[in-house]
Amino acid sequence: MAVEKTAPAIELINVSRRFLSPTGKSLTAIRDFTMTVERGEFVAVVGPTGCGKSTTLNLVTGLASPSAGEVRVMGAPVKGIDPRIGFVFQTDALFPWRTVIENVMAGPLFRGKPKAQAQASARDWLARVGLARFEQHYPHQLSGGMRKRVALAQTFINGPEILLMDEPFSALDVQTRVLMHEELLRLWSEAKASVVFVTHDLEEAIALADKVYVLTAGPATVKSVYTIDLPRPRVVADIRYEQRFIDYSRTIWANLKEEVETSYARAAA
Amino acid sequence: MTDATVNIPTAAFRPGTSDAEIEAAAAKAAAHRRHTVTFWRLGILVVFLALWEIAGRMAWIDPFFYAMPSTIAGRLYEWITEGTSEGPLWYHLYVTMEESVLGFVTGSVAGIIIGVALGRNRMAADIFSIYIKVINSIPRVVLAPIFIMILGLGLASKVALAFVMVFFVVFHNAFQGVREADRAMIANARILGASDWQLTRSVIVPSAMSWIFASLHVSFGFAIIGAIVGEFVGSRYGIGLLINIAKGSFDAAGMYAAIVIVMVVALGAEYLMTMVESRLAKWRPQPLHETQ
Repeated sequence: MAVEKTAPAIELINVSRRFLSPTGKSLTAIRDFTMTVERGEFVAVVGPTGCGKSTTLNLVTGLASPSAGEVRVMGAPVKGIDPRIGFVFQTDALFPWRTVIENVMAGPLFRGKPKAQAQASARDWLARVGLARFEQHYPHQLSGGMRKRVALAQTFINGPEILLMDEPFSALDVQTRVLMHEELLRLWSEAKASVVFVTHDLEEAIALADKVYVLTAGPATVKSVYTIDLPRPRVVADIRYEQRFIDYSRTIWANLKEEVETSYARAAA
Repeated sequence: MTDATVNIPTAAFRPGTSDAEIEAAAAKAAAHRRHTVTFWRLGILVVFLALWEIAGRMAWIDPFFYAMPSTIAGRLYEWITEGTSEGPLWYHLYVTMEESVLGFVTGSVAGIIIGVALGRNRMAADIFSIYIKVINSIPRVVLAPIFIMILGLGLASKVALAFVMVFFVVFHNAFQGVREADRAMIANARILGASDWQLTRSVIVPSAMSWIFASLHVSFGFAIIGAIVGEFVGSRYGIGLLINIAKGSFDAAGMYAAIVIVMVVALGAEYLMTMVESRLAKWRPQPLHETQ
């Protein structure tokens, strides 16, 4: 088991994934995709809209299986849903008929923890995301940013070693989004999880990540990888005005732009 | 950076635009609106009944067939105080309600269970959907004689009829509700660690609940229809029997009186259902208030 200890958190090795379109045609979403996420590393994945970014995450969760290649989590091949993985969705995936605290308690209860323990732990996590006063509210009574905080607490309460995020903040307004970035970086630095953060927002990717993967227009494959060497802890609200941030943005955007244009031209054709 | 702060003198509010005045005006408008609605609701009823009564008395319509509000009220009074020719009114009402409630409860429970089961199992749904369509295409009323022949004149045949009236409506809505359950929510529950059974119980069923409730609203009415049609075709007690006897003796007032009783009961049940639903669905965003 010595290999297990040093193995990267996530490895995708030459992975391809085909799926059936609603019309019954086979489509390739990703092709020869190779990516490694080290333990504790924050990786962002950017690419044109609809290129297959979300598919890569589904392969890691075990909700989808690869058509070719191999997906490994903590050194072992993925078999079904791994309890060490947490997932934050783009859309609202909270349970609207449960109160805030019942939503956060869902994970521990599903996993067979006693109710009292789940409740105590949920209280703790709600306090950490600043929602202690909203325990008994229902999701529809909260703002979009607060609902995302509940979603973060709901995910972090399970103590995930791997955190997958599928454009989690894309529905939020710009100011709330910056606050959520700070929140996420704080929780991440405490939890020491490995993160894959899928987004179409390049600045978000640079501000948060250690590494940025740029994908090609679909079928997606890795076009280039950039290491973001900005010091931590980062202040997301201010970092975007630093020269090195701007340099990174310019370089990566030049690269990403071609793919965005290809993707756009294809959609228009 | 003084250019960022600009001094604007506070403008004086026009009269009638203070917070208190606006709120008071809104409350007054809301009360006025409620009164207007109540007034017209009652007004239309009174005018309708009055026209009916006058038309009957002036012999514009034949009271022998159409009865009149006064004779219907008289018949109701007689039934309540002296009982019907077939025994006390309350007993007939009790029998009809017993049949309806039993049919409603069994029909909706079976509808929910089978609807959820088939909604969760694609293969079973594809296999059984054809049979459900076939059985559903039978007009329920023609089943009444069959049930009475098999199950006899008593309770069982009426409950069976109420059951088939309720079952398909609830089944369809439960099935649809399960199919419409949000995919992201299901994926979320799975990743949080839900087993298949936990997923069904704590995600699928609650999310189908608003669909199911929509069907429960109409289906209590259907249960009453089932019970009454059953009684009509053959029974010893019940509101349906009263209608049948009134028909046999050309007692128009009796028929309308029975209809009024059923109407009141159905309205009461509907009201009760709405109350239960709003109790259960307190997690939902409040619909825009009637006064807004």
